[in-house]
Amino acid sequence: MNWGSAAEFFAMGGYALYVWGSFGVCALLMIAEPILVAKRRSNILQSLRRERLAETLDNHE
Amino acid sequence: MSNRLINWFRYASPQSFYPLAGKLIPWFWALAALFGLTGLYIAFFVAPTDFQQGEGYRIIFIHVPAAWMSMFIYLVMAFWAGLGLALNTRLSGMMAQALAPTGALMAFLSLWTGAFWGKPMWGTWWVWDARLTSALILFFLYIGFIALQAAIDDARRADRAGAILALVGVVNVPIIYFSVKWWNTLHQGASVSLTKAPTMAATMLWGMLIMALAFWMYSIAVALMRVRAIILEREAHTEWVKALPEVRGSTS
Repeated sequence: MNWGSAAEFFAMGGYALYVWGSFGVCALLMIAEPILVAKRRSNILQSLRRERLAETLDNHE
Repeated sequence: MSNRLINWFRYASPQSFYPLAGKLIPWFWALAALFGLTGLYIAFFVAPTDFQQGEGYRIIFIHVPAAWMSMFIYLVMAFWAGLGLALNTRLSGMMAQALAPTGALMAFLSLWTGAFWGKPMWGTWWVWDARLTSALILFFLYIGFIALQAAIDDARRADRAGAILALVGVVNVPIIYFSVKWWNTLHQGASVSLTKAPTMAATMLWGMLIMALAFWMYSIAVALMRVRAIILEREAHTEWVKALPEVRGSTS
């Protein structure tokens, strides 16, 4: 174990800005990317469903 | 039913690849989480403090995997793009398009974490040396590929134009890789190579390799998610897409 306390862990031996600046941005982007892709999927699915509904309504006339 | 071999060409059509990708995605997410948590544990709690760089060296556990993936994804993207150009298969172009944003993300992360490592160790966020500059060009190649494809309305023409850009850009990948050998750079040489023993402690090396696996699994999972969305977008007019349960019913 490298760390005596949580504060020591977060201080990263004086490199906190650099270590957390790297890991933080990495985590942020890797969380954001799949969310954006899931949004893209739900957008196209929604428009496909609307199109299908429009077609069904047309066929009823 | 005598032929027990899987016919891989069957999966070359978007219609059969779409459900296959859907089944694979949760497995790749599970592997990404497993390797990621193991790698982070090693990175912060097992790997010792570096005698020269103190705790600052821990950036290596994301910097090197991101840099490796940025180059590897580019090669895979160019492979798919080239295959699409040569064989005119529909899925290839979609694969290349799905990989580009994830590759760009990895290229950005390698530059970002590199800057955050360079500042405390070299005293500067950025220098125009061979390794850093060629890595920046890789990022621009991804952006160029995405922008070029977005600028062309016809998907198949966009695939072909993008493929040529991707293939020409492949020349940059060996330049990045060998830049630390060919030129005098501020960037250190390769820590891991196939020809000689690694120059780092075993726990550091293992942590880095496991993080690289995590990044790899993440990239596959997110690229498969994206290729499924692209398939739906491009095949929206087809009967098989209209017949999908997620389009017909209330389930998503």
